[in-house]
Amino acid sequence: MSDQTDGRLAGVRSALLSIRPNANDGSLTGTSGSSNTEPPEIAAASSESESVSRQGSGADSSASAAASTQPDAETTTTSESGSGLAMPAGDKPLGSPRVDNAVIEARDLDVFYGDTQALHGINMDIPEKEVTALIGPSGCGKSTFLRSINRMNDLIDVARVEGDLHFHGKNVYEDDVDPVALRRKIGMVFQKPNPFPKSIFDNVAYGLRVQGKDDNVEENVLTALERAALLDEVEDQLDESGLDLSGGQQQRLCIARAIATDPEVILMDEPASALDPVATSKIEDLVEELAQEYTVAIVTHNMQQAARISDKTAVFLTGGHLVEFDDTSKIFENPESDRVEDYITGKFG
Amino acid sequence: MSTEPIDLSRNGNDVGTIGDRLARYIFFGCAAVTIATTLAIVLVLVNGATDFFSTVSLTEFFTGTDWSPRAADNPSFGVLPLVWGTLMITVGSALIAIPIGTLTAIYLSEYASSRVRRVVKPTLEILAGIPTIVYGFFALSFITPILQQIYPGTGTFNAAAGAIVVGVMIIPMVSSISEDAMSSVPDSLRNAAYGLGATKFEVSTQVVLPASLSGILAAYVLAISRAIGETMAVTLAAGALAQVTMNPFAEIQTMTAYMVEIGTGDASVGSIGYQSLFAIGLTLFAMTFLMNVLSMWIRSRYREEYQ
Ligand SMILES: Nc1ncnc2c1ncn2[C@@H]1O[C@H](COP(=O)(O)OP(=O)(O)OP(=O)(O)O)[C@@H](O)[C@H]1O
Ligand SMILES: [Mg+2]
Repeated sequence: MSDQTDGRLAGVRSALLSIRPNANDGSLTGTSGSSNTEPPEIAAASSESESVSRQGSGADSSASAAASTQPDAETTTTSESGSGLAMPAGDKPLGSPRVDNAVIEARDLDVFYGDTQALHGINMDIPEKEVTALIGPSGCGKSTFLRSINRMNDLIDVARVEGDLHFHGKNVYEDDVDPVALRRKIGMVFQKPNPFPKSIFDNVAYGLRVQGKDDNVEENVLTALERAALLDEVEDQLDESGLDLSGGQQQRLCIARAIATDPEVILMDEPASALDPVATSKIEDLVEELAQEYTVAIVTHNMQQAARISDKTAVFLTGGHLVEFDDTSKIFENPESDRVEDYITGKFG
Repeated sequence: MSTEPIDLSRNGNDVGTIGDRLARYIFFGCAAVTIATTLAIVLVLVNGATDFFSTVSLTEFFTGTDWSPRAADNPSFGVLPLVWGTLMITVGSALIAIPIGTLTAIYLSEYASSRVRRVVKPTLEILAGIPTIVYGFFALSFITPILQQIYPGTGTFNAAAGAIVVGVMIIPMVSSISEDAMSSVPDSLRNAAYGLGATKFEVSTQVVLPASLSGILAAYVLAISRAIGETMAVTLAAGALAQVTMNPFAEIQTMTAYMVEIGTGDASVGSIGYQSLFAIGLTLFAMTFLMNVLSMWIRSRYREEYQ
């Protein structure tokens, strides 16, 4: 068994350091050279038409109309980058919720679970190839927001999303968007490690196979494990079950699984919450490294972690409101909101 | 902090101890009754079968292809025609129930909204509660006439109608146990696959099915042993002519149907026909027992390994 593994390794080892598992994906846009005006190909193949009917679009619906009519201070910044959506004044958080290089833009995003509203008019951008931290007390809707980005909320029967969420300028809640295609561009790492009851190798290969990236599977699996800082620990046991790994290793396995398919954005929901300090710092290093090539949004309960690894920080507070969004240094050194300051310094939450 | 010693001695609380013991005896008693009943059944069967096998050789019984216990001058006791009849019903009904039941389970567990599930699941379970004699009448008065339209050579009693009706009868067993196994697969596994861009079909077939395989296989085995033991419906639908035939539209007799025929008929106690009931009963018992062992083996071999 280990012979076979060694064989696999030998052929690939040399290539590990330089190669990215990107090659065979022609449809990805914006991974290199960054043009965030170009719409990603997430539309369902059947519908060509630009559908305007979307789930419960509110009064300030069409984003482009809003951009041209609203005399918002931020629109000047907007025009510079040639893209971007104006932020409705109503629910605008404190700080600077607009960024120039936004990949994801939430506009007046509401999420409901049945009759309870979990998110209220969220307006924020997620910048490309940076780390955006989402912090806030338990139950304030951080996971909900993350799930609304790649439409994982679709899988919850009672969940309902209103408002817009743009990925490369395309509202992902429009009817012609295929959530499966969207999730192939926006990968996710969950709060609790959830490896499949398959071998370590098959865990990482699963996404590649599902997405039809069948060339160089072995190479891509090994590269992903290497990048997730796991390969050294598991290279002799690639055929053993992913469930036999420790919690921290499982979480890095899940990260490897998410990056193996080379998504554009990686959403991480408290990836280190169940880990010891050593494993945590490994994951933190990994996140910082990932941000050189990927856009990362990460939920964390750990203030120091947010401060250490993120470029931007969004502070959600109880009730599902985004209170302040700004550069991480600004949030942690000199937040505009007193409540945010209290939260960060541990006075509540 | 209290310095007073605490009384932990065994007779510190007599009432509690007695109640405890009493409960223990009652629970043990109930378990013992079940075990004793099973043992008694096996003993009775073995005892009767021993008498039978003192007249008929084991070889004749297990390899003979002619079952004519009431032939006046030369009765013949080859069990194979009856086993064949049982197999036809079992295989035929499994061919119907396993695909339909499994697909129903996948639909209910992965595709149906909770509202649909709330209606369909109880409906299926009602199907499982209908007395089997009613199924037999249904086969005789509804399924067989349809088969006769399709294939005019179909007999009034025929294996196909029996297999179909038993198949329908065990669908709820397959679907309900499989559905339980599938819905106990944790959502975190589904989310992992959905998050990687898997479609619902891929999640159902590549993640949920393998993860619940042991429960699903156990459902199959249980449903099959139910089909083996099924009596009233096959007696009514498939008939009482013990023969080895490949023709599904011909009359057959299953082991159980023979037992009904003799058990309710005129075989006098102690006669060879009466003793043959025990031999067949023991064979049936062995078959279903083997199926149950198989189901347990499957469960431990393919234990669901998710967290
Ligand atoms: N599947 C669900 N069904 C109903 N309500 C839900 C569901 N998921 C979350 N909620 C509710 O939505 C609110 C926000 O939950 P969410 O999980 O997004 O919070 P969170 O900020 O991630 O909290 P934590 O830090 O504890 O993970 C909570 O009040 C929660 O009860
Ligand atoms: Mg959460």
